[in-house]
Amino acid sequence: MYKRILVAVDGSVHSKRAAAHAVFLASATPDVHVTLLYVLDYDKTRTDVIHSMSSEELHIDRKNKIMPIKEMFSSKGISSEIKILHGEAGPVIVEHANQENYDIVVIGSRGLNALQEMVLGSVSHKVAKRVHSPVLLIK
Amino acid sequence: MNVQSLKQQWFGNIRGDILSGTVVALALIPEAIAFSIIAGVDPMVGLYASFTIAVIIAFAGGRPGMISAATGAMALAMVLLVKEHGIQYLFAATILTGILQIIFGYLKVAKVMRFIPRAVMMGFVNALAILIFMAQIDFIFGISSLTYVFVGLTLLIVYVLPRYFKAIPAPLIAIVVLSAIVITMDLNLQNVGNLGTITQSLPGFLIPDVPFNFETLQIIFPTALALSIIGLLESLLTASIVDDMTDTGSDKNREARGQGIANVVTGFFGGMAGCAMIGQSGINVKSGGRGRLSALTAGVVLIILILVFAPLVMQIPMPVLAAIMVMVSIGTFDWSSFKYLVKAPRTDAIVLLVTVVTVVWTHDLSKGVLAGVLLSAIFFTAKISKVSVQKKDLPSSIENIYEVQGQLFFASVEDFTLYFEQNDLPDELTIDFSNSHVWDDSAVGAIDRVMLKLQEKGIEVTLTGLNDSSRKLLGKLAIHQDKDAKAPLH
Repeated sequence: MYKRILVAVDGSVHSKRAAAHAVFLASATPDVHVTLLYVLDYDKTRTDVIHSMSSEELHIDRKNKIMPIKEMFSSKGISSEIKILHGEAGPVIVEHANQENYDIVVIGSRGLNALQEMVLGSVSHKVAKRVHSPVLLIK
Repeated sequence: MNVQSLKQQWFGNIRGDILSGTVVALALIPEAIAFSIIAGVDPMVGLYASFTIAVIIAFAGGRPGMISAATGAMALAMVLLVKEHGIQYLFAATILTGILQIIFGYLKVAKVMRFIPRAVMMGFVNALAILIFMAQIDFIFGISSLTYVFVGLTLLIVYVLPRYFKAIPAPLIAIVVLSAIVITMDLNLQNVGNLGTITQSLPGFLIPDVPFNFETLQIIFPTALALSIIGLLESLLTASIVDDMTDTGSDKNREARGQGIANVVTGFFGGMAGCAMIGQSGINVKSGGRGRLSALTAGVVLIILILVFAPLVMQIPMPVLAAIMVMVSIGTFDWSSFKYLVKAPRTDAIVLLVTVVTVVWTHDLSKGVLAGVLLSAIFFTAKISKVSVQKKDLPSSIENIYEVQGQLFFASVEDFTLYFEQNDLPDELTIDFSNSHVWDDSAVGAIDRVMLKLQEKGIEVTLTGLNDSSRKLLGKLAIHQDKDAKAPLH
C-alpha cells in the first residue's frame, strides 16, 4: 500500500481533480500521510507579493488557497500537511519527491496556464520522467 | 525568516553567485543601454551606473541576492531634467537622490511601505510596463519593413529559444546572432552607435559641473525627490519578492540606505540614478544567485564586457534592442491585474486605474503613486465614516435606547447629528455607544450639539456604553454638562 503520498497542487481545477484521486487512493490505507506540495515560481511569487499588503497577509492568502484541498483529506480522516516551496515547478517537485522518497506522486496532467506550458514545457511530463517513485497522472 | 550572517551572505554560495552574476551581467547590458536611451543620455551613463550601483549595493545593500542597476522607472523620471538642463544636472540630481534615500533609510522608510495599497503597487508596475513599451514605439513603427523583420526575429528568439536552451540568456543570443547578420550583410538599420558613443574606459571621479547655489537646488530637487521615492518603492518591493522567493529575511531600512549610498557614488562617477530591478533580481535568483557576491559579480563582469566589446556593442541594431525591451515590458506587466479589476471592490479598481492613467499622463511614477495613495486614503475614510443610529426594538421595556454604530470622527459626525435632528424623539432617551468609538474633537462637538439641542427641547438624555478612551476624550472636551452652554446655531 502507498503510505506516503505526494500530491502536487496549484489551486487549479486539474490539481483539485488530482487531489480527489489521491483521497480515493489514501482512504483505503491505514496510517497514510499525504503531503500537499505547492510550488511557486518567480512570476507567481512576484504577483503574490504585489497583490498583498504584508507578508502576514501573503502567507494567509496562500494557505487559504490550498485549504479547500486539505479539507478534502481531513474530512475523510486522512492526515495531510501543506508544503510550500519556491522555484520552477517541474524541477522543484522532482527534487523534493526524490529527496523524500515518497511511495507515490500524484499530479494533474496540466497546470494553470496553457501559454506557460507552451513556453516552459509540461510540468507533469518532467515529473513523470524524472521522479523515481511511481507517478499517477490524472487526466 | 532570519537574516543570515555576513559571512554567509558573501561566501555561502560562491559557485552559484558567480554563475548567476555573470548571467545577470549579460542580461543587464541591453537594458542599461536601452534605459540610457530612454533617459536621453549616452549609453555609457547607464552602463557606468549599472556597474557602480551593482558593486556598491553588494556591500551596502540589505537584501543579498537582489540586483540593482540603472532602471527604466528611474530613467523615465529624469527625461525632462536631462532635456531642459543637461547631463551635469542629472549627476547632481543623482547625488541628491542618494542623500534623500539615506535620510529616508534612517527615518525607517520601510514601515511606510505598509501604507501603499496593493492597487497602487499593481498600478505602479503596470504603468512602468506601459511606459517602457511606449518608449520603444519610435524604434519599431514606421521606419522600414526590415525593422519589422528584425523586431519579429528578436521576439521569436527570446520567447521560443528558452524552451530548449537556458544556459545563456536568450536576449543575448538574439543580440549576437542578429547583430552578426546585420554586420555581415551590411543591412541598413539604426544601431546603438547612432544614438551615442560607448567608450572603453572605466568611470572616473567627477564633481558635477553645476553652480552650487539655491537655483540649482530648485532645479534638481523635484526630480531628486521623485527619483528617491520611485527608487525606494521599486527596491523595497523587489526586496519583498526576493525575501519570499528565497525564504529569507532582509533589512529593508539598510537596503534603503544602501540604495542611497550607491546613488551618491554613482552621481560622482558620471552615472544616472538607479534602483533594484524586479526582472534582473528574478533572473539572478532563478539562476541560483543568493548572496552578495552575485551583485558584485554582475557589476564587475558588466564593466569588463564593456571594456572589451565596446566597438561591438555600438553595432547592436536598435530594432533588436527595442524588441528586447518589449519583452521586458511584457514581463514587467502584472497580467493578473485584469482578473483583479473584475473581482476587486470598485474603489480598489478605480485606484489602480487612476494610478496607471496618472503615470501615463505625467510620465512620472511618483505622481501616480501619490495620486493612488491619496485616492485610496479618501476611499478608506469614506468607507469607515458611515455612522448609523438605530432605535433598539425592546417591546417589553419602557426605555428608549438609541444605538450608535460606527466610528465617530470628523468625516462621520453629520449622519449622527442629522438623525437626532430629523426624527421624532420621546421625552426620555438613552444613546448607547457600545458599538462606536469617539475619535476626535469633531465627534465630541457633535455629541455636545445633539445633547444641547435635545436638552433645549426638554428631552432627558443619558449616554451609555462609552469605552474608556471615548469617555476620557468626552470628559476633557465636552461642554454639555455646563448649565449655561448653548447649542451652536450652525
